[in-house]
Amino acid sequence: MSSQAIAPHPPKAVDNPYLPYMARIVRIHRMVPDNYLFQMRFADDAVVQKWEHRPGQFVELSVIGTGEAPISISSSPTRKGILEFCVRRAGRVTSALYKLPTNAMVGIRGPYGNGFPVEEMAGHDLLIIAGGLGMAPLRSLLWYALDNREKFGTVTLMYGARSPQEMLFREELLSLAEVDNFNCLLTVDRDPAGTWKHNVGLLPSLFKKVNFDPNKTYAAVVGPPIVYKFVLAELLKLNFHKDRILMSLERRMKCGVGKCGHCSVGYKYTCIHGPVFTYWDAINLPEIV
Amino acid sequence: MKILKMAKENLDLFVSVLPAFGEVYAPLKRGKGYVFDRPSRWSDVQLKYSRTMLPPKKLMLPPREMTFAFDPEKGYQDSLTEASKPMVLFGVHAYDIYGLNILDRVFAQAKYPDPYYIARRKATTIIGIDFEPDEKHCASSMNADFVDHGFDLFLSDIGDEYLVLVGTSRGDDILIMSNCLMHTPTEADIEEYKKRSKSRRDSYKVHLALEDLPEILEMEYHSKVWDEFGKGCLSCGSCSMVCPTCYCFDVYDEVDLGSRKGQRIRQWDSCLLRTHALVAGGENFRHARSSRVKFRFYHKQRGFVAEYGRPSCIGCGRCVDVCPAEINIISVIQSIRGERDVKPSNSSASS
Repeated sequence: MSSQAIAPHPPKAVDNPYLPYMARIVRIHRMVPDNYLFQMRFADDAVVQKWEHRPGQFVELSVIGTGEAPISISSSPTRKGILEFCVRRAGRVTSALYKLPTNAMVGIRGPYGNGFPVEEMAGHDLLIIAGGLGMAPLRSLLWYALDNREKFGTVTLMYGARSPQEMLFREELLSLAEVDNFNCLLTVDRDPAGTWKHNVGLLPSLFKKVNFDPNKTYAAVVGPPIVYKFVLAELLKLNFHKDRILMSLERRMKCGVGKCGHCSVGYKYTCIHGPVFTYWDAINLPEIV
Repeated sequence: MKILKMAKENLDLFVSVLPAFGEVYAPLKRGKGYVFDRPSRWSDVQLKYSRTMLPPKKLMLPPREMTFAFDPEKGYQDSLTEASKPMVLFGVHAYDIYGLNILDRVFAQAKYPDPYYIARRKATTIIGIDFEPDEKHCASSMNADFVDHGFDLFLSDIGDEYLVLVGTSRGDDILIMSNCLMHTPTEADIEEYKKRSKSRRDSYKVHLALEDLPEILEMEYHSKVWDEFGKGCLSCGSCSMVCPTCYCFDVYDEVDLGSRKGQRIRQWDSCLLRTHALVAGGENFRHARSSRVKFRFYHKQRGFVAEYGRPSCIGCGRCVDVCPAEINIISVIQSIRGERDVKPSNSSASS
């Protein structure tokens, strides 16, 4: 008997979760030095059509010949066709991305991670708190809420940057400050140029400006460790439920699909169990922030 | 389950049909240890061996593999067909089969199945064999000294014969090709199996209690034991390399000289290595060596229990074999339970 007769058939083609789709850089918006906004579109229209994501999810972005890095999605799933990524120039892959011109091709796979529990958050008041670069993943949630305005009670953004020049999406947010039915609170730590018309002061100072009902509000907080330290203290003082304070963590999600181990925190995988964790998760997981 | 028996003297005839099912790998002597490799003659195959240096993981999840090629013109190209070369893995101990079953949970049964792993796993025939535990095995404590699935055939010594458990239809096909060698076992054969099975279980020298370990680990998170182990650990990552259920990998792109074509490579990695939890910008979430030692045991004995209902350790004893600082599943569990003092053999290392 030949080996062909009984050797197992090659397995039928399965989706290969490691293989990126090709996407084109449509536009590069030089928002802040070392924090550009990249607009991208998949080369294959079928991928554009079938793509779905949740606010708070991330992709694995490949630069051909350099490698792959996890990048959070800054655009809302309510805006189809173009994906936006606010990318900080921080490592090898992002540095290579910054060298690419408009129309260059990159690889994208995903979306990965749990994202914000938007179905569960619907019907509640929403408080989005961003510190510094934390606005990048929260912008997706912000536009999701504004585009589904009827699904939420009050919607409030508190965003603190070091200075007006370092504020991500500054023009967009300043224009939103005038919108009805949305409470857009912006602050900067300092305003050296003296042109800033909004609040000057640290992020927690914005808490004085609004009242919240902790029993009907979800808070989504993303920022550097110092922001978590002070903002979480404020939220707890206001009696927010610990499982209604949502935080998004960043680790080195190398595979994005719960295998490679690099994003593990405590004993959970950021790419599968996160990147969005509740404050309750956080105090029960060692090494979280 | 279909159960047959085969005279030991017929083993040579039986294995002669195996190449029809793929390239045969079996335990061979290599230096002072054993390895799974391709035997040049059947007489080299070790039917009684303690443990191989590397577990069968090396064949399902190779130490270094290309996942796909890329090219600035063509984009990313799948290379899946190469992963499915048929193999026969002969002489695998129960705990190693259990180890593969645990890898299945992560690579085949979890969200996002891994196509490279699955292709190899499906193309691989596994023939298990029983073993006598030594002073490093703790498979019975880990409930991994017997397996009820994950093999095509399993051979158990009952004296002059092997009792043969048929686990899959492919295993049955192998028997059909060697049908004249198989017979129906008698009641006495089954009695003999039970007797040997019990005496094997009774012969384990190491006994570790696992039931309340996840809770104990929670309570001992800040224990000084971890600092002591941290002082001894050399951060060499050997424990991860030889562990049947350690599967962390690194991913990087390799570019051909003088072009932008290349391959994406994945390669075994270890959470004991300094850069494992390093992120872009320079933050390292597990800079201290003690935090890396601790993390490895929490993932196996705490995280895995939460996620999959059992620890991922299968008690093969390989970490007991390789760790130069005596940091292994036995010393760690006994220390954290306060049943022994931590005496790292190398306490000069710092973080």
